[in-house]
Amino acid sequence: MLNILKLAIRNLKRYKRRTFLTSMLISLGVVAVLLFISVSGSFKAMMVGQITDSMLGHLQIHKKGYLASIDSLPLNRNLNQQQIKKVEQILAEEEAIEAYSMRIKMGAMFSNFVETTNIRLNAVMPSQEIDTAPLLTDRIIEGQKDGLIKKGEILVPELIAKGLKVKVGDAIVLVANNKDGSVNGQNFVVRGILEGISGPGGRDGMIHIDDAKSLLRISGAEVSEIAVRLNDIDQLPTVFSRLKSQFGSLRNKQDKPVFEVHTWEKLSPFFNIAKMIDLMTFFIKIMLIAIVLVSIMNVMIMAVYERINEIGTLAAIGTLPGKILALFVVEGFLLGILGAVTGTVISLIGISFMNASQISFDFGRQTGLLLSPTIAAGDVISVALVVIAIAVAASLQPAFKAARMDPITALRHV
Amino acid sequence: MALVTAEKLVKNYVLGDITVQAIRGVDFSIEPASFVSFIGPSGSGKSTLLNMIGCLDPPTGGTLQVAGREITGLSRKEAARFRGEHIGFVFQDFNLIPVLTVFENVEYPLQMVQNWPKEKRRKRVMDMLDAVGMADQGNKYPGQISGGQKQRVAVARALVTNAELVLADEPTANLDRETANRIITLMQQMRDEFGTTFVFSTHDPRIVKNVEITFSIEDGMLEKNHIAGGGADA
Repeated sequence: MLNILKLAIRNLKRYKRRTFLTSMLISLGVVAVLLFISVSGSFKAMMVGQITDSMLGHLQIHKKGYLASIDSLPLNRNLNQQQIKKVEQILAEEEAIEAYSMRIKMGAMFSNFVETTNIRLNAVMPSQEIDTAPLLTDRIIEGQKDGLIKKGEILVPELIAKGLKVKVGDAIVLVANNKDGSVNGQNFVVRGILEGISGPGGRDGMIHIDDAKSLLRISGAEVSEIAVRLNDIDQLPTVFSRLKSQFGSLRNKQDKPVFEVHTWEKLSPFFNIAKMIDLMTFFIKIMLIAIVLVSIMNVMIMAVYERINEIGTLAAIGTLPGKILALFVVEGFLLGILGAVTGTVISLIGISFMNASQISFDFGRQTGLLLSPTIAAGDVISVALVVIAIAVAASLQPAFKAARMDPITALRHV
Repeated sequence: MALVTAEKLVKNYVLGDITVQAIRGVDFSIEPASFVSFIGPSGSGKSTLLNMIGCLDPPTGGTLQVAGREITGLSRKEAARFRGEHIGFVFQDFNLIPVLTVFENVEYPLQMVQNWPKEKRRKRVMDMLDAVGMADQGNKYPGQISGGQKQRVAVARALVTNAELVLADEPTANLDRETANRIITLMQQMRDEFGTTFVFSTHDPRIVKNVEITFSIEDGMLEKNHIAGGGADA
């Protein structure tokens, strides 16, 4: 095998320019794929982090049917005390859970005593919410961030604050419909202005959960949703599967499920963008495969054509067809390795350069997001292996042609 | 026992609707350690005969035994293996592998075809290069040596495996007179030293003058044989 390798290397060196150009073409493809994976991966990870860590959490638990009617923020689909206890009990047994936050989601009339508008609100326990959505405080663009919120205070969404010219420290009043149809109002002080972000709940205001209970005249424990944060988002599929199974087994008297569990992927439209990015990555990989396939096949066909007489000589002096085949396959294999290694090195340098350059970008209403591309070793290895495998596959046809060549025809070839 | 025996050997080529009879039922035999030449005009069938003896082209009919084995029914793989073990080739255009040095070219059949161990292989290659007067050129590539030197290397490559039979198709066609004479002399020396049978396909009178046996072939028929030193029948 070493002899075949030696011969293949010498044959590649024999046509230096062609070997260089082919390996550079493959390298270019590898660079394109790895840079795209790293940049899009960075973008995806950042956006997922923003969405889950500043708003949704990784998972959410609701009463069955709540999500279908979430636009109307129904108070009659809240979880009651007994159901909350059951949820807490299950969550306490799950080691992968870092924190969870109980929320009441509600709609209200927001008035600055001059103008009035509708507002959607998340009512939270500040300590739970900070643990579950640690980036939430970063969204407070004006006002005090520490402690998130206290009783009697409100975080006003950016757009409403601008529209109604509300500032930090202003007094406002919230008027809300209660579950029984009555109306109640309560005064609040604006603690801060909350930056809006893409996705459901991204433009909601925030109050303390106790204020929500008094405004809505809720006496016992009652919540609309429980947002859950995991220790590691990579565990999401397995934890979700476990929780779904556990909550799915809890049924009411009509034998219908009591709870519903959803991951952030189901809750946020960004997941579709993430899927599109994955799809684009897939197609770029297909393009890479096409580049490798066409370039290697072209080079190997040329190599066989130019060495027909030599193939005839090798066959005449007793070289077995399998060894002639191996000779050309190894050449393709080496071209694949050369392209993959060069492309990987250039990509890693490019990624380091982008990180050092501190490139920022805007997404929707979010500006100045810092691009920090990274690439997993698994991605690098898988791309390199695909390139090498395709290089070998592309050289098979010319190699078979060489191995099956009639020695006499080959020897007569000029 | 003859090294090569052919009986009623036939080779036909089909070109579209036409069947060309290249060899028309010839009988001949070649004894070991002989110096034999097939001569005839272009297209007479001498290269076809050589190709059949060298297991490069299967006969259409008749029988052909080389080194005691019937070779008419060999598969591609078996034929390649047989060539590697019993037959050496010397070509008109030398056909050395350009990416291998002189040493490596001679080493190739031992390494890639017969899998000799390294030390034994090196000694054998050096002995052969020494025998053809190329021992001091071992590190050069074919592009760095003359035509005559290339043919010497080709002879060494053909003999390095202890082949009983060396087939040389127009081995002097691309060489000047002096070099051609030296190559013919070298081959005779090799025959004398190693007992190898040399079979030529040629119309070079310099070779014809030096061989012991000539088979004249025309229109696929062996018409006569000239025995200079004995050792063959037709």
